[in-house]
Amino acid sequence: MDILWNIILLFIALGYIGAFIRLLRGPYLPDRVVALDLISVIAMGFIVVYAVRFNQVNFLDVAIILTLITFLGTVAFAYYLERRI
Amino acid sequence: MREILIMTLMLLGAGLIFLAGIGILRMPDIFLRMSATAKAGTLGIGLILTAAALHFNEFGVYTRVIAIIFFILLTAPIAAHIIGRAAYFDGVPLWEGTIQDDLKKHYRITDHALYSGEIPPEEILVPQKEADDFSEEPE
Repeated sequence: MDILWNIILLFIALGYIGAFIRLLRGPYLPDRVVALDLISVIAMGFIVVYAVRFNQVNFLDVAIILTLITFLGTVAFAYYLERRI
Repeated sequence: MREILIMTLMLLGAGLIFLAGIGILRMPDIFLRMSATAKAGTLGIGLILTAAALHFNEFGVYTRVIAIIFFILLTAPIAAHIIGRAAYFDGVPLWEGTIQDDLKKHYRITDHALYSGEIPPEEILVPQKEADDFSEEPE
């Protein structure tokens, strides 16, 4: 069972690394915005996995708030991108 | 039995998140990258949340998980659409292997206007944009 948990956390960490490399490399600003969006989604998945692994129900509230803030942040970035030309 | 179901859902969700990370790293174009991350990320989060609901097996957790999944299914396509629209308007070039660009003859990049007829060719500005360089002076 521990091996399975390690595999799950390894998958999430590898996805995190891929998104972070894209955030650093760009090459355009919308690429970075998409990478930030994916990073917050992966962080939410990690929070839920942690809540299940250590039996902490309250961490699911953090996932709710993170969902709301992610959507607002993405919309704000898109608005800024459209207006900056 | 329940443990097997929970771990299977968790592994599938984590694998899909891993695929989203691979997709955003390896796809050649921002639009293809978005098509990888929006779908794989949404499905992966949905599977992980379903596994969490099955693990806790409480009424409050079920309602919260259903609320989160509903909200993600509602907002993830909207966010991807808005970012794609902003990227096209911003002039991010398409992948050179792209065979069709339906907006090209109907969209004028200078004032963001869309037309159902074709725009005369001298007014079309093909999106040509250099990569972002943060050393340039802010306007």
